[in-house]
This record gives sequence, structure tokens and C-alpha cells, in this order.
Amino acid sequence: MTEATMAVTTAQAPAAPAARRLLIASARWRWWEFAVWIAAFAAIVLLPRQLLLLNEIAILALFALSLDLILGYAGIVSLGHAAFFGLGAYAAGLIAKFGYGDPLLGLLGAAGCAAVLGFATSFLLLRGSDLTRLMVTLGIALMLQELANRESWLTGGADGLQGVTMAPVLGRFDFDIFGRTAYVYSLCVLLVLFLLARRVVHSPFGLSLRAVKLNPLRARAVGISVNVRLVAIYTMSAAYAGVAGALSAQTTQYVSLDVFDFIRSADVMLVLVLGGVGYLYGGILGALIFKAMQDYLSSVTAQYWQFWIGLVLVILVLVGRDRIGALFSRITVPFSRGARS
Amino acid sequence: MPRTLTRRTFMAAAVAMGAFATPAFAQEVVKIGLIQPMTGPSASTGKQAEAGAKLWMQLHGDTVAGKKIQLIVKDDTGAPDVTKRIAQELVVNDKVNVLMGFGLTPLALAVAPIATQAKIPEIVTSAATAIITEQSPFIVRTSFTLPQATVPMAQWAAKNGIKKVVTLVSDYGPGIDAEKAFKEAFSANGGEVVSELRVPLRNPDFAPFLQRVKDAGPDAVFVFVPSGFGSAFMKQFAERGLTQAGIKLIATGDVTDDDLLNEMGDAALGVVNTHHYSASHNSPENKEFVEAFKKANNFRPNFMAVGAYDGMQLVYKALDKTKGNADGQALIDAMKGLSWTSPRGPVQIDPETRDIIQNIYVRKVEKVNGELYNQEFATIEMVKDPVKAAKKK
Amino acid sequence: MVTILFDGIAYGMLLFILACGLSVTLGLMNFVNLAHGAFALAGGYITANLMNRLGVSFFLCLPIAFLFSAAIGVLLERTLYHRLYDRSHLDQVLFTIGIVFMTVSAVDYVMGSGAQMINIPDALRGRVEFLGGSIGVYRLFIIIICGLLTILLQLGLVRTRFGSRLRAAVDDPRVARGLGINVNLVFAVTFAIGSGLAGLGGALGAEVLGMDPTFPVKFMIYFLIVVTVGGASSVTGAFFASLILGIADVAGKYYVPKAGAFIIYAIMVLVLIWRPQGLFARSATR
Repeated sequence: MTEATMAVTTAQAPAAPAARRLLIASARWRWWEFAVWIAAFAAIVLLPRQLLLLNEIAILALFALSLDLILGYAGIVSLGHAAFFGLGAYAAGLIAKFGYGDPLLGLLGAAGCAAVLGFATSFLLLRGSDLTRLMVTLGIALMLQELANRESWLTGGADGLQGVTMAPVLGRFDFDIFGRTAYVYSLCVLLVLFLLARRVVHSPFGLSLRAVKLNPLRARAVGISVNVRLVAIYTMSAAYAGVAGALSAQTTQYVSLDVFDFIRSADVMLVLVLGGVGYLYGGILGALIFKAMQDYLSSVTAQYWQFWIGLVLVILVLVGRDRIGALFSRITVPFSRGARS
Repeated sequence: MPRTLTRRTFMAAAVAMGAFATPAFAQEVVKIGLIQPMTGPSASTGKQAEAGAKLWMQLHGDTVAGKKIQLIVKDDTGAPDVTKRIAQELVVNDKVNVLMGFGLTPLALAVAPIATQAKIPEIVTSAATAIITEQSPFIVRTSFTLPQATVPMAQWAAKNGIKKVVTLVSDYGPGIDAEKAFKEAFSANGGEVVSELRVPLRNPDFAPFLQRVKDAGPDAVFVFVPSGFGSAFMKQFAERGLTQAGIKLIATGDVTDDDLLNEMGDAALGVVNTHHYSASHNSPENKEFVEAFKKANNFRPNFMAVGAYDGMQLVYKALDKTKGNADGQALIDAMKGLSWTSPRGPVQIDPETRDIIQNIYVRKVEKVNGELYNQEFATIEMVKDPVKAAKKK
Repeated sequence: MVTILFDGIAYGMLLFILACGLSVTLGLMNFVNLAHGAFALAGGYITANLMNRLGVSFFLCLPIAFLFSAAIGVLLERTLYHRLYDRSHLDQVLFTIGIVFMTVSAVDYVMGSGAQMINIPDALRGRVEFLGGSIGVYRLFIIIICGLLTILLQLGLVRTRFGSRLRAAVDDPRVARGLGINVNLVFAVTFAIGSGLAGLGGALGAEVLGMDPTFPVKFMIYFLIVVTVGGASSVTGAFFASLILGIADVAGKYYVPKAGAFIIYAIMVLVLIWRPQGLFARSATR
């Protein structure tokens, strides 16, 4: 419970010097963080054959990052995060289809649409138990999927959205068949949004969110307005997921109904948990493990790779996520109790 | 704006990236990438297609015109973005010469830009929406189009005393194709479609829709549901007592899919349907095919297996014609107009639309030696896709 | 009209039998079991195989399906599930999703991906006229069986010694233990009954809902809807929720086919906005 008290102290003006030092230390960049990003950019040159897969990993990582914002930092469980991913994908796809092929414009549009939906639906999540939240989020995603299926004049229905053509990124870099532009583009977007997220979670706002997550009652008692914070982070997370969807639509130049799939929501949760919840890199690590595993397993046994993914999950839970997480954080984070929940 | 990469700049770019050690055209291997849903709801399509393609290689060897043929099978789980990525990887990394498969319309459509960009033939062996071949000049189809199978059904119905029909289709590309084609052809022949129902593609519950059919009281109900959904439909049809209410069931052969027909039981007996392939088709080619197929797998081939089998056959024939030149453009040119005798009967690739021209058979489900089969009793010879034929006029 | 109502009730009853095990584990034992559909799958597959390969009668298959699924349920509960009772919901969700993935692929591998067909006995085929509507005999059969089971379940929970032990064990396991109740046994038996009912539901529903390896995934959402809408703490809640959903779904598809599955999701979200704990939740549960 040290985090709670820690966060609470920052919310009040004069923080104790020791707590402040701890906070600054936990927000400091560590050597391995640089290593992660250098490796990600080095992959452009080192792994030219895997760029398409890497692009998918980057997108999935962003999607998982967006889930981490709500699950890891605000404790909101969601089985319908694909709602925002899908909305972003359709928004970006439609913007491009109707003649505005500039990718960045599409990203903004997608982020905007997803944020509006996130803001509107966040109020539904303020009440109720975990289970209610699971079902409300799931229900919203399923409703959107049905809606997209119905309104086939706009979305192409079950046949998918055709005719998405993208202009070059920044007017210069055309999407090529090797996936090079796609990967660089997705990775840059991921990096920018990651830096923003990192800034946010280490800000007083982010710390107060953790206080909410650990004990909403106590947080409320010390004067944190819980609902405002939950709405804000949920909206932000929705926008992130929307951008991930937009990246997917733009780099594949295609959108289909399965962007809203339950499986997609379940997968992203799985990815995040594989990588570890609540330290921002979980999404990236998880996406890497998940996609690499999927790619390898489906090349070995095309039909039954799901079995092994399921087995990994089962073992992960039985052994204990905390134990694996602790092992990892011992290597990476010196202040493991301070930086992770 | 689709970027047109020529093969040379394509390879040049690759070499510039330092990715390839092997020289470009030295390969004596022709690679075929077969992408099918092996998991998920359409997994049965993938299994049939894989078995069909492998059977062709087993029966006809893996060398043609001096080239060794290599088949790479990939699972796209039925998700179009995965299909597209796998296709792209097969082109870029494995340098396949032909892309093949595509279990559902969206999957085939997602790959169309890649076929165009890389100038590689995309052979559609399963998906059946009419528009697919128009999406890229490199798409060739060896399956069928739904209007192709539907129009003969409408004509047969109009000639056999059926006046009022309700259509019931799955709500996606092929279903809507079938609905439209049936209505046009049936009205043109003096019939009337009184109601058009569309059932959602995912987790369909046919009961309420069948109740609507029953309440509308037509002479017959025309049905299209994709391969794999037929048995669930048949059950509900029988349970709802439509036959007793005097409503006939007419369908495309997707409903009485050979793969599932036996499991449907006696409910399916007597259903009249039109399609391009039946496992009981009476020809020496088909006998050989079915026998070998059953020996290699423990199930009966359906039209998905034949589509893939003929997809391989098409590649072999085209390679023969180009004398082993596996260049995409050369292959496509060779494929146009090719004709051969498939297990389903005589077929030809339409040189203009790259769609398949084939016989459509009117069949009735009957019991032969204790097993259910679609027994053909009338043939409409060499049917072209009616949608594209109408566009030309 | 009568026919539609009747079909809706049959569908709802079936949903109830399939989902009530989940409502017990979730509502009473506070365990999120997304793999619940796997037990229904087991029931459906054992029935299909016994009937098609060994020619066992359908009526005999129903109790077998119950026992088979219950046995699997106990096995899993004793070996795996009981370790997770005091874990977070997130852990439980992940674990059971993992089980679902494994089940789906394993069944696909062993039995093939095709749908399993059950040929119901001739006695259950056909239709009867009733109040001006025509009703399928099989659906009538479903309603009768499920209705009887519901009554038994409710009586069992409220009137029997086992029922009160279970409620005690749920309310406060420590005190219950102190009173000499074998809490582990009670939970295991409850879990077995829930799984068994799902298996029975799978056997009964194979004819109506279809049965293929993806069944647990396809219907997981429906089960969850039943449980959350009904309020995850009472069997009666789940029962009424099933009926409402069944009727709304069937009637919606009949009268507004364009809306498709939209209706059922919309109902769920609206109910949960209105009453986050579900329609029939006792307001002062734990």
C-alpha cells in the first residue's frame, strides 16, 4: 500500500523529500528502455524479411499499451477494447476512401472518433463490478460490430471496406510491398504515443490514478475526484486504441468486421498480461512474444496453434503472473515495488 | 494510386536492402502459396482445399516443364488482415510464383492489391462472389460464382411449376449475389419473389426466418448458405415442417455440400439444387479423383477440394504452356483460355474475365448404397458468370 | 405469434440450462468461468458419438451427457480450478480463456472441425397444433425437461440440506468450515452439477444450436449475457433473464430481421446501465 500513500502525498502540495526522490527515480529513463527502442529501430535494417510481422507487432503493442492505461493504471477490466480499435480502423479507412488519403489526417480522425466514443461510454463504467464492466465493454463492441454489419452501404458489411488507398506518409514515403514504410510509420507513431503515455503516468495525474486503482474509497476520502480521472484515462485509452486501429487500416489498406471481434479484445488482454500489466512496456513485450509465438506455431502446425497459446496462458496463471513478473522486474527495475503494482 | 512495380525494380529494391543472397531468376523451383482458413469457423473449407491441392501433386508428381513445384500451406484463420500479411510475406520472403486459396470473399479481396502490385497470379479456389475477378487483372478463379450456380436454379424452378418463391440467403457478398441473380432470372421467366430474407453470417439461428417463410406460404424457398452451414439449416428446415406445409426447398449446392450431406440425414432427401460439382458426377476423371481422395483422407471431397485440385491443375497446365517460365504475366497469359476436363466436367478459363466457364448441373439428393449423394439429372452446358455477361451487353 | 413465443421460450430454457451452471459458479462461488461452454461441448460430443458410432438411444444419452460432463467438471475442479478461487477475476478470465483455446483446438484435432450431427428419435420429430400455432415436438420436449430441472434446482437450493450448506459455504467459508461443513466437497459437488447441466444442455441443444468445436467461444457471450442480465447471484434471476433473452432474440429476428443480433446486445447494455448488478440481484448481497 506504499504506492497509495505515495501518490496521495504528491496530490497535496508539499511532498516529503524522500517520496519526491523516489518518484523522480521511478520516472527516470533506464538503460534497458533505451535498448528497447534502439532495437526496435535497428530491426528496420536487421530484419528486412520480418517487417510485415514487425508492423503488426508495433500495432498490437500500441493497442495493448492503450489497454494497459486503463487496466494497469486505473484497474478497469475490459473485454471490448476492440470497439475503439475497430472504430478507429473504420474511421481511418473511410477518411482515406473518401479522398483524404493523407495518413496523419486519418490518424487524427480515428483518434478523435474513438475518443468521443470512449468519453461517452466511460460513464457506463463508473458503476458496477468487474463483471459488469466486462460485459458492458463487450456489449458495446458487439453492438458496433452488428452496426457495421448492418450499414453495409458505408462499411461494406461482411465483405469488408474496399478501395482504401493511402497517400504517401508526409507526402514522401509511399507504402511499399515489403512493409518498410508501414513499419517505420507505425513504430514512430508508437514511440510518440508511448512517450506521451509515459509522461502522463508519471505525472501527478497518473499517480493519483494508481491511488484510485489500489483503493478507490481511500482515494475519494483524501479528495481525489475518482470519476473525473477514470473518464479522462478511459478517453485517452480509447483514442490510443483508435490510433492502433487506424494504423492497421492504413497499412493493410483494408478494414473488415473482425476488427470488432471478441477474439481481438481477448487477444489484446492476453498480450498485455503476457508482457506484464502496469509498466507500459508490457504491451510491447507481450505483442512481441505473442506474435512471434503465433507466427512460429502456425508455421509448424497451421491448424492447432491456438492450443499452445491456451497452454501458455494456463501455465502462466498457474505458476502465477506475479512470480514471472517479479523475476522480470528484478532484472529491469531497481525499485520494483515502487514502479510496479 | 496503385504503384506498379516491375519485377526488376522489385528485385533491385530487394537486393538494395541486402536481404537476398540468391540471384533472382536462378530458381528451378516454382512455389505456390496456398492460403486458407485452417482454424476458425471456415476451417472445413481449408481442410478440403489443402487435401485437394495435395492430392493433385500426389497423383501428378511435383515436377512440370522441368520445374520442381513446392506447395506452401498457410493458415489465415479467416481474418482478412492476416490473409493480406501472409500473402505479402509469401511474395516478399518466400518469393512464391502463385498465390492460391482464399476461403471467403473478403479474404480474396484483401489480397487483390498484392497480386496487382507484385504481378503474381492469384488463383481463387473457393470464394464465389462475382466481383472478385474484377479487382485485379491477376485474379483467376477455379471455383464458381454464385450467380453462375443460381440462374439455372431460377430457370429450372420457373419451368417446373413454381410460381412464388421466398429467398433466404446469408447476409454477405455471395448471399446478396445469389439473391439478386435469383430474383432477376426468376422474374424474367415469369415467377415472383414474394419476400427476400437475409440471415446474419455469424451464429445464424434459422428458426425465426424459416417461420417467416412458412407464414409467407410460397411454393418454394430458395436458399444459399455457405459451405459448412448447410446441416444446421437442414435440421431446422425439417423441424419447422415446411415440407408438410407444401413448401419446396430449392438451393445452390452449397447447402447440400458433399462434405456434410451424409450427416444431414433423410431430411435432405429430395432437395433440388444446382451446382458445378457433385462427388457422384459420372465420369472417369471424377471416379479416379474421388477414389484417390478418399484413400488419402478419410472424408469425401466437396467442391472446395475440386476447386483447389483444379487450381493446381491450372498452374501445371500454364507452366507446360510457358515451358517452365514462371513469370507472373506469362503465367496469367497462359491461363487465359485454357481448358481441361476437371472431375466436375469440362471447364475453361474465360479469356476475358478470367472466371471459370463450366457446366452447371441440376441435382436431387438421393440415397445411393446407403449414402446420400447429389444425383445430377440435367446439365446446362458451359455457363459463364451471368453478372459479367450482363455487364458486357 | 404463439409459435414465436413458444420458440422463444424453448430457446430461453435451453440457454438457462446451459448457463445456470455458470450463474452458480459465478454468483455463488464468485468464480468467472469463461470455459463453461466447454462442458456443454463435452456433453454434445459424447452424445453425438455414442449415438452415431454405438447406436445408443438418445434418451439414454442425455443422462450420460450429464454424468460425463459432471465427471470432467469434478476432475478439473479438483485439479485446477480450486486453486483459482481466491485469485483475481483477471486471473480467472485468463485461465479459463486458455482452457477454451485448448479445448477448441484439441476437439478439432481429435474429432475434426465439422459440426456434430445428432439424429433425434422419430418420436420427437413432427409438430403439434396448439392454441392456433404450430409447435415443434422437440422444442416442447426441451421446455418440459428444462422446466422440470429448473424446479428441481430451485427446490434443491432452497429446501435441501445441501442447498443450505452451499449458501453457508458461500456466505462465509470460514464460519461454514467451523460448523463442520466440508466446504471443498460442497463446492466440488456444486461445480459438478453446474458442469453436468451444461453437458445436458449441450446434448439437448446440439439439434437446435448446432455443435462444432467453436461452440464454447460462440456461446460464451450468450451465457455471460444471461448471467449478468439476470444478476449473478440467483438461479431465478438467470432463469428469467434466459427467458427474456430467448423470446427477445427470436421475436426480434422474426419481426425485425434487419436488426439481427443487435437486439440482444442492446438489451444487455441497457439493463446493465439501468441496474449494474443485474435485473434480479438482491440489492444487499455481500
